[in-house]
Amino acid sequence: MLRFALSRLLSLGLSLLAASVVIFAAIEVIPGDPAAYMLGMNATPEAVAALRDELGLGGAALTRYLDWVSGMLRGDFGLSYTYRVPVADLVAQRLWVSVPLAGYALALSTLIALPVGLWAAARRGGPVDIGVMGATQLGIAVPNFWFAMLLVLVFAVKLRWFSAGGFPGWEAGVWPGFKALTLPAVALALPQAAILARVMRSALIETLGQDYIRSARAKGLSRGQAIRRHALRNALIPVLTILGLQFSFLLAGAIIIENVFFLPGLGRLIFQAITQRDLIVVESVVMLLVFAVILVTFLVDLAYAAVDPRLRRR
Amino acid sequence: MSGRVQLILGGALSAVFLLAAALSLVWVPHDVAALNIADRLRPPGGAYLLGTDQFGRDMLSMLMVGARSSIAVALVAVGIGMGVGVPLGLLAAANRSGWLDEVVMRMNDLIFAFPALVIAILITAVLGPSALNAILAIGIFNIPVFARVTRGAALSLWTLDYILAARVAGKGRARISVEHILPNIASLLIVQGSIQFSLGILAEAGLSYVGLGAQPPTPSWGRMLAEAQTMIYTHPLLAVLPGLAIVLMVLGLNLMGDGLRDALDPRLRRVAR
Repeated sequence: MLRFALSRLLSLGLSLLAASVVIFAAIEVIPGDPAAYMLGMNATPEAVAALRDELGLGGAALTRYLDWVSGMLRGDFGLSYTYRVPVADLVAQRLWVSVPLAGYALALSTLIALPVGLWAAARRGGPVDIGVMGATQLGIAVPNFWFAMLLVLVFAVKLRWFSAGGFPGWEAGVWPGFKALTLPAVALALPQAAILARVMRSALIETLGQDYIRSARAKGLSRGQAIRRHALRNALIPVLTILGLQFSFLLAGAIIIENVFFLPGLGRLIFQAITQRDLIVVESVVMLLVFAVILVTFLVDLAYAAVDPRLRRR
Repeated sequence: MSGRVQLILGGALSAVFLLAAALSLVWVPHDVAALNIADRLRPPGGAYLLGTDQFGRDMLSMLMVGARSSIAVALVAVGIGMGVGVPLGLLAAANRSGWLDEVVMRMNDLIFAFPALVIAILITAVLGPSALNAILAIGIFNIPVFARVTRGAALSLWTLDYILAARVAGKGRARISVEHILPNIASLLIVQGSIQFSLGILAEAGLSYVGLGAQPPTPSWGRMLAEAQTMIYTHPLLAVLPGLAIVLMVLGLNLMGDGLRDALDPRLRRVAR
């Protein structure tokens, strides 16, 4: 297990290194001068020169890359050009919205999908199964940001149970913050839950066809007992994979959903940075997002190996 | 639902949108470029079958032209994914466990770490927003998907006797890949293509919703939703119609994909999705 973990850790490091090179190179290929690009067309030559100086554009690309990476390792993501504050501070603030939102959505989708998938699999071919499969087929087809707009229409405009957007901040208390994130989290969670429920159902059906389940039934376990004691754990392996894969969709979804609800999260930050041409913020936030995806993939790999010893040999 | 019913229902739904998009190339009920303030925010009916938006543009015409941009983006993105991903996957499988295989798979992992939205953000930061960004971002995202599916399927074929026979007959790896492997995984690729196509429609809508896709004045479903968002209190229909179009189109494609999977290759029936 330790050897497996170390080899995965090595590949985690290599992936991060490669990703940072790709991101740096992408920003680097901007036609013309990044400083001129950031300041726009009406910039004076002096202003451009000053910004070039500030960005260290005089140095070689390799030096700047190494500065950027070593800065990030120390938690220094540079200074936002438009806000004139450290990017790390901006990001830290926004993370307090984006991370709880993603976590809330992940928890909701898992809590909905696993029981629903189990229910459908246990009644395979019956009306429950057909109903669940139809509903999930629809759920997969619904874009989460449109679903979010419908939620606003029903629960904020018509019923007035929730506000249509905005975030009071955690200073206002846990409950108001939680309430403000509820509609966005539901909008994110339901389409994901549809996919997850389908995976759970087919994994469980696959497992229920195995010989060891037949043996378990033969020795006198009821169908429910066989599912609980033997099938469930084995069926969770593919579910875990999809959960890991879904994280990157959830992240992307959260960035879009934040725009629907005007939440001050990472998504708002990055779109503001794009329109204001604040490349320093764009570069660092993108790196952070990619880091999160790579880290989750790594954790899923480890979780796999913990659940299924057969996967440690690779 | 049986495979055949899914195929017919999904095919019919998809065909409606494909035809509407094709028709919009030659004819739309009203010009979508012309702003007609006198007729703004008309309810459905009369000259405007689905009503008009805040600029007096006909919703039905907008939806038809929007279908065209969605389909074009998703189609080209699938083309990029297949065009690059399938050869890479074949190459990796033909050189199983060699350094080439390793390089291709590591590159795949790397691209996998960049969600389509993040690629789009990067490209937009560099090149500025345009419809091309959405195509590139979704296309790049598709590459590892096709490479993986191709490699996985090709690997299992490489162990079969008829491939061995071809090798004994003196055919090279490249020739075997093209002449024997590719035709045998074609149905799998078609099914994956239909899945990626529907994901592409969803992704395009998301990207143009946040302003990273088609730019004004080109109508697109995502942008129509973004523009309708502020009107949702007074004119909810403006926000409901484009969303409904996306859902029906994607639903149709998914049903068709499931039906195709059953029809083309019964062995794939139990593949989880």
